[in-house]
Amino acid sequence: MSLGIVTLSRSHAVYDAATFVRTILFGPASDSKIARSLIAKPVPANAARARQVMMSPHRFAASVFAALLPAFALSAGGALAQTTVTSDPPASFTLANGLQVVVIPDHRTPVVTEMIWYKVGSADETPGKSGLAHFLEHLMFKGTAKHPAGEFSQTVLRIGGNENAFTSTDYTGYFQRVPREQLPRMMEFEADRMTGLVLKDENVLPERDVVLEEYNMRVANNPEARLNEQIMAALYLNHPYGRPVIGWHHEIEKLDREDALAFYRRFYAPNNAILVIAGDVDAADVRPMAKQTFGQVAPQPAIPAKRLRPQEPEPVAPRTVTLADPHVEQSSVKRLYLVPSAATAPAESPALDVLAQLMGGGSNSYLYRALVVDNPLAVSAGAGYQGTSLDATQFTISAAPKQGVEFSQIEQVIDGVISDAGQKLASTEDLDRVKTQLIAEAIYAQDNQATLARWYGGALTTGLSIADIRSWPDRIRAVTAEQVRDAAQKWLDKKRSVTGYLIKDTAPKREEKRS
Amino acid sequence: MTYCKPGAWRFAFILMACLALTPFSATPSHAAAKIQHLISPGGIEAWFVQDSTVPLIAMEYAFGGGATQDPADKPGVGNMVADLLDEGSGELDSKTFHERLDRRAIELSFASTRDYFRGSLRMLKDNKDEAFDLLRMSLTSAHFDSADVERIRSQIISGLRRDTTNPTSLASRKFLEVAYGDHPYGRLSGGTLESTAKIDVADMRDYVRRVLARDTLRIAVVGDVDPATLGQLLDKTFGALPAKANLTPVPDVTAARPPQRAFIPLDVPQTVVTFGSPGIMRHDPGFMAGYVVNQILGGSGLSSRLYHEVREKRGLAYSIYGSMLWMDHSALFVGNTGTRADRAGQTVDAIDKEVRRMAEDGPTQAELDEAKSFLKGSQMLALDTSSKLASALLQYQLDKLPIDYIEKRNAIVDAVTLDDARKAAQRLWGQGLLTVIVGRAPQAAAQPAAAAPPQPKAN
Repeated sequence: MSLGIVTLSRSHAVYDAATFVRTILFGPASDSKIARSLIAKPVPANAARARQVMMSPHRFAASVFAALLPAFALSAGGALAQTTVTSDPPASFTLANGLQVVVIPDHRTPVVTEMIWYKVGSADETPGKSGLAHFLEHLMFKGTAKHPAGEFSQTVLRIGGNENAFTSTDYTGYFQRVPREQLPRMMEFEADRMTGLVLKDENVLPERDVVLEEYNMRVANNPEARLNEQIMAALYLNHPYGRPVIGWHHEIEKLDREDALAFYRRFYAPNNAILVIAGDVDAADVRPMAKQTFGQVAPQPAIPAKRLRPQEPEPVAPRTVTLADPHVEQSSVKRLYLVPSAATAPAESPALDVLAQLMGGGSNSYLYRALVVDNPLAVSAGAGYQGTSLDATQFTISAAPKQGVEFSQIEQVIDGVISDAGQKLASTEDLDRVKTQLIAEAIYAQDNQATLARWYGGALTTGLSIADIRSWPDRIRAVTAEQVRDAAQKWLDKKRSVTGYLIKDTAPKREEKRS
Repeated sequence: MTYCKPGAWRFAFILMACLALTPFSATPSHAAAKIQHLISPGGIEAWFVQDSTVPLIAMEYAFGGGATQDPADKPGVGNMVADLLDEGSGELDSKTFHERLDRRAIELSFASTRDYFRGSLRMLKDNKDEAFDLLRMSLTSAHFDSADVERIRSQIISGLRRDTTNPTSLASRKFLEVAYGDHPYGRLSGGTLESTAKIDVADMRDYVRRVLARDTLRIAVVGDVDPATLGQLLDKTFGALPAKANLTPVPDVTAARPPQRAFIPLDVPQTVVTFGSPGIMRHDPGFMAGYVVNQILGGSGLSSRLYHEVREKRGLAYSIYGSMLWMDHSALFVGNTGTRADRAGQTVDAIDKEVRRMAEDGPTQAELDEAKSFLKGSQMLALDTSSKLASALLQYQLDKLPIDYIEKRNAIVDAVTLDDARKAAQRLWGQGLLTVIVGRAPQAAAQPAAAAPPQPKAN
């Protein structure tokens, strides 16, 4: 699994436990189209999403829903190319202890992906303990009474498999990809560590240093990531999404074994998890295995069925933040609007998907044409909408000015594009194109069982149902130009936004602070 | 998203080889068992797997040469060509070309890697005629209109400017310089600020004329299309290209002899360390032994010696790995990590110590068995998507391996003995490491004598 070159574009992206950034130095050539887009070219819609899937499923805008219908037709532009997809629908059942199991068959290769998703993320941490969900994710590899440290990982390796884990604002997930016949063993291991984790300071303390190095790599060394943290903190006045997933440095360095175990006992239980199995298996095979393994774990009735977090007040003032760093060689501007998610506003979310694609998806998107092609003020421009989110989410607009161009010139164009989007109807041609792109992702996704597993898990842990996922293409298809216009008018209101500027710090250096 | 560091991917060429190989091994998968050697009516060859499970087609292909064919004073020409081939061709301008791609969700892209100019095409099966036709136009009649050229140039320059303060990019660039000096492998395929500023349309047209030709073309296709139809598509798409490429010969080269160390001061909280040594060529009989022993030292998974010693035990780093990389004319072992500035010395020492220990003592029998087991078992994981399978099939062709290599590989892995592994370890790491450190000043103290550039040698 290649997880591209990592620049966290937003602060509540997903974090992995292992060194998934093997490719940070010498990325895989097979991702060249993705990598290429990183340079500044507009991200082709599909490539952009592909990349997001890899590094950050939570960020995966619309297509998290774009899962597979048993059969649907795709109409492409005026040409109406009909592509009918037939695939087995995923099966779903729930064990007596509350664990939901989703099985997505893919019989092309004798490989299976096991993913366990816990409905707990950084937004569920107690204030003052930021980074705890992610820290625990790292510690989940430290062994149990039954399987001491290293045994699980060694087993995965010996059979040629791979594994990792990830944490986001709303969920924490663990996965293995292994030869089909190894699934029962993987389920045994994974069920065992749902409640059997054993932590010792000799494991916990070095791992905290590892997490601090992860922080250094992702955040401290990366001015853009630091700006993102500031934007999110400014955007969320009350909701915990304002805290970085990886945590604030001063709080990470104080997390300890007791914190981790308390969090673990509070949230890790079958009735707070979803097991996704994708690959060369069928539900009939999975059910008895799941019963035998995960089915033996006692539920925790104390965990509430619904997560209730402090919600955002109605935004009333546009905010700006500026991050200056001596290492910034390309300035940039990024504006985030507080908008509803698929879970908080199912009726409006598809229009926001379409709007983001119209504004920022590829070379012919409104923003790219206006800022980069027609009157070249910027080297790049884009937009994105993070639809899968338990609570109110973000619509993002970003641009990197050419040298000598002022932010005000850029923002004037952005404001013009937004104003047009809120007043004029999108052309049928544009609307058809972006819908095709969005829906096509569902088909491309079928090619990758791990991607599918991530889509389902990501959606199901952010308040959506399998029915929501499967009806997503239809809902995209049904979006009208009027709905898109109304969404732009209603949600892209500057009062709802934070604008962040990344600039070069040319001031004389002040005293160093070691991290 | 549009904000990213472009520097790292320019190295793409190197690792791809290793990634393509890592996953393959063990039992021939269903798909791999059905690889066809397709020859089109017009004589275009491809490795092909027909699979109708998902209604899409994925094609990966490569022309020989890549960034080694950039003029010596203008590195990055191929890279700029790669960015411009989809910016207008035939009777379509850039906007129309992208409109045609986007309205059918066709994914088309190009990349200039070290030894190859690569392309990737993915489409829903019903859009294959349009997809292949757009590819044909971009390969044979790209416009290079000045507005498009300047737009792309500004984007590349923006990325290169970012690289100038990115520790990982700086370390990569310096490492290649240390390893290869003036040899074309000493340059990054993405070019430099100076070269990108002066590349002109004539340079790009010349590159296209010399490099995009049928004789070095290798193709892999996986998806829902029948062989006869595919043959016709390949003829239409590639048939009009010149028969023969006109490539500048590239001498074989061995990376600089370790130990050497270079330091680049940069005031960042985390120090980046890139380390490596001369590797083992793909056709070398000792290749697989080296591959196996690297899996033990720094390979994938959460159990390598470096992972254990540097990360698990000491908490010095989040990411630490070593990879075997091979090119047409050289090979490298390369690793990378990032560590807190005030612990960089300790980290470099820990890496040195592990590398030395492996060179002197080799792996244990148990480690060897585990690594072989991993390499054999991981094969199928590379075959579970059309794009991954196509990439792997292309890589095998580029590596000049037989079409049934997937089935043979287990035996090759199994044949590696403890003695082979020890010899490979000695060969790879017996001289120590080339180390590049980018970070805060304390490391300056550790800087040894400057490296002499390596001399390219005739094969």
